[in-house]
Amino acid sequence: MTIDIKTLKVEPRRNTFGHIARRLGADKPASRYEEATLDIQATDNFHYKPLWDTAHWHYDASRTAIRMQDWYVLRDPRQYYYASYNIARAGQYQATERNFDFVAKRGLLDGIEPEWRDTVGFYLLPLRHMEWAANMNSTNMCDRGYGTAVTAPCIFSAGDHLAMAQILGRVGLALDGNLGTSLQEAKTAWMEAPEWQGLRKLAEDSLVIEDWFEQMVAQNLVIDGLLYPLVYGAFDKAGQTRGGTGLSMLTEFMNDWFAEHSRWVDAVIKTAAAESAENKALLGQWCRHWLPVVKDAFAPLATRVLGAQQGAAALDEVCAALSKRAAALGLS
Amino acid sequence: MPRIVSITLQNTDDARPIIAAITADNPGARINAMPGIVKIDRDDSLTVRRASVEDRLGRVWDPQEIHLSIVSMAGNLDEDDDYFNLSWS
Amino acid sequence: MNAPLKLGLKQRYSLLTSGLDWTPSYQPFEKIYPYAEFEGIKIHDWSKWEDPFRLTMDAYWKFQAEKERKLYAVLDSFAQNNGQMNLSDVRYVNALKLFLTGVSPLEYQAHRGFAHVGRHVPGVGPRIAAQMQSLDELRHVQTQVHTLSHYNKFFDGFSEFRHMHDRVWYLSVPKSFFDDARTAGPFEYFIAIGFAFEYVLTNLLFVPFMSGAAYNGDLATVTFGFSAQSDESRHMTLGIEVIKFLLEQDPGNLPIVQKWVDKWFWRGHRVLGLVAMMMDYMLPKKIMSWREAWEIYFTEAGGSLFEDLARYGLKVPKYADVATAEADHLSHQNWATFYQYCHAAGFHTWLPSAEEMDWLSEKYPTTFDKYYRPRFEMWAEMEKEGKRFYNNALPQLCSVCQIPMVYTEHGDHGATSFRVSDYKGEKYHTCSDGCKDIFDGEPEKYSQAWLPVHQIFQGNCGGAGLEDVLKWYKLNLGADNLQQAGSPDQKLWDEWMAAKDKVAG
Repeated sequence: MTIDIKTLKVEPRRNTFGHIARRLGADKPASRYEEATLDIQATDNFHYKPLWDTAHWHYDASRTAIRMQDWYVLRDPRQYYYASYNIARAGQYQATERNFDFVAKRGLLDGIEPEWRDTVGFYLLPLRHMEWAANMNSTNMCDRGYGTAVTAPCIFSAGDHLAMAQILGRVGLALDGNLGTSLQEAKTAWMEAPEWQGLRKLAEDSLVIEDWFEQMVAQNLVIDGLLYPLVYGAFDKAGQTRGGTGLSMLTEFMNDWFAEHSRWVDAVIKTAAAESAENKALLGQWCRHWLPVVKDAFAPLATRVLGAQQGAAALDEVCAALSKRAAALGLS
Repeated sequence: MPRIVSITLQNTDDARPIIAAITADNPGARINAMPGIVKIDRDDSLTVRRASVEDRLGRVWDPQEIHLSIVSMAGNLDEDDDYFNLSWS
Repeated sequence: MNAPLKLGLKQRYSLLTSGLDWTPSYQPFEKIYPYAEFEGIKIHDWSKWEDPFRLTMDAYWKFQAEKERKLYAVLDSFAQNNGQMNLSDVRYVNALKLFLTGVSPLEYQAHRGFAHVGRHVPGVGPRIAAQMQSLDELRHVQTQVHTLSHYNKFFDGFSEFRHMHDRVWYLSVPKSFFDDARTAGPFEYFIAIGFAFEYVLTNLLFVPFMSGAAYNGDLATVTFGFSAQSDESRHMTLGIEVIKFLLEQDPGNLPIVQKWVDKWFWRGHRVLGLVAMMMDYMLPKKIMSWREAWEIYFTEAGGSLFEDLARYGLKVPKYADVATAEADHLSHQNWATFYQYCHAAGFHTWLPSAEEMDWLSEKYPTTFDKYYRPRFEMWAEMEKEGKRFYNNALPQLCSVCQIPMVYTEHGDHGATSFRVSDYKGEKYHTCSDGCKDIFDGEPEKYSQAWLPVHQIFQGNCGGAGLEDVLKWYKLNLGADNLQQAGSPDQKLWDEWMAAKDKVAG
């Protein structure tokens, strides 16, 4: 039966849920991001202490030394909820897929100079293990974090790192004709090559960081903040004169992703720092601790790829940019 | 007693060629229609064949596309490029 | 360069994922995976794990994005066209209230729980699968909130779903169920949610109930329901792979896994009692009875499953026979309870009509007329005399499932079933052998439970009077609670229907 809605009174009796209206200050229409995110995590009257951590509840704000009056101020500027996140990533990956097709059809990887091809195999492919550590750290932040506003983007980030690990795997397969040998060699390098040991130690150390907000700083701000500009910026640029343009197309996802990811990370850290002098001091302390550690870990790889002088210069440059970024977030 | 494997698909335009392919390829399959869904039961095993769905669909079909239409299933799953199989061992 | 080797789905997936992990040497394995061993599960070779669905992240995004585009197109059009006016009857909306307050928050818990497992299980394959499930579960809570957001605009009982879930007496039943799983170790969580709940039981919620939503004109709910269920079939497959993997890895895992299967089957069965009532009493147009659904999805599907798992020595869950026998009573006892207590509930109740009672008699030939029809007819008489029956006594709750002690003895339906355990000098009451076994298995856990009635008596719930407690729940008195007849929901619906008739001429 079709009905003429105009003749019926179908005025909404309310615009949004009670908890959302209290946050908006009035009962007014809320966005899908707001309704999907705000106050979604349970906060009160838990029944049992976890067998795996009897000192906390399973949702417990005291798993970090960062203190927030309200954890829902840590909003995601991208306003991602599940649907908008997936639709955005599916679109981005479509471009990656087209680039893989394009590069394969035109044999663009064949044009890489042989020596540079070896260098690429050495510096790029083992990074899939760094991505995997980042995936685990992001999953951990989602697990241990507090409040959906900050934990939901963490699981999105985990998915992103898995995807990037798999893009690197596909690059390996594109280089070795789908044999998988390049990925085995990369794993051997990751496990044994001296240039990789600092980074593998960094990855393993990052997996056991107790405080999830410190992990946020170490992984999302410092490790990511150096890795992507160094590898997909400086290293990639060095490849341009050696036939590496096709390769750049395959890893363009990473550059786009890093720019977008940083907007979220910056918003979270800036807001947490602005909350109190204590938070600010703690975040600054973590950043100061991890920046030199991560820089040292990348130094041998930068030297191997760019040479001692240029490698050091490139690393100094990305570190300076990161320090500037941290300062803008209120971290001294 | 035979062990029943089962697949439930949405009753949509996307799923109908899959339902038709299953019906044709799995003799003895029992079709139960409910509002919005179709539950297909069969003793011991049931296979969705890529080629068979493609014949009906007139285009390339990836068995992973079944993720868009599936509602439930019972049985151990084996999925590959050319088929999607449910069985009890 | 030679033409690249053609890769099959399995090979490609394996190359892209299985080698991602490595054996750490700068940090001890136990520090990276601190929760892998305390439950006593032994895994000798994670590489034996076979991924059933070989979804790479890009394929995941592609399929999920397509599902979301379709779903949100339906939600937008449902809202624009005021789809709620095409429901079979407004009583149906109460099932959705129970869904949003009782089920959706569990989806969120599942999201965070699978993030925990997705970080802590040592093994690439199951970790990736758990992470994807964590994402899916976030999808489910968010799509449910978005779907029911439209209902919230017109009907009572939805608005404070988050506040209520942490407080209201009957919502502690689903909440404590998931708190229990979340606080267990990673392998128990996997078995509890991935196997016992997803594989064995959730079909009962999502398949017949959602089909019922379609039958009752709720295009929005059926769309999110089936769309969620398309993820669910991936989760079910993960659940069955996990249980097979644990059983194959070490014979010593069997008794541990059996104990979890027994526990979580029973706990899940108790929670699903709410669904039994939704299907038998709350769907205006019935799709199938709870009993019939139980036969299809537990007796038949579960039967084949457990026969398959028998080769590992795993037995059908303990008390499955009791649960099957209870299927003849469950929905009636639950609905009768809510009928008496709907002044303290966030949804409305009503008595089944004469027609509905005939349907119940037909579906439950051995129990409905004998035990339940007389009670409903008596209450109908009382309503006619203006003495609608509300129970003002606070009920005793089971220390495990937290349901009021309303169930009858297995085999003696005149007697209330209850059991007692002693722990550290205190008495703990449970509703059944199933719940008592669970309590006795982990008394230190269940003695911690936040039991709503105890909490009310201890003065932790807003005050001593019922009204104080209901205000603390943020229940909008006179709108969210009490019976369907005379509710603002009913009044609004009647206006709509009268106007609709007028327009239709």
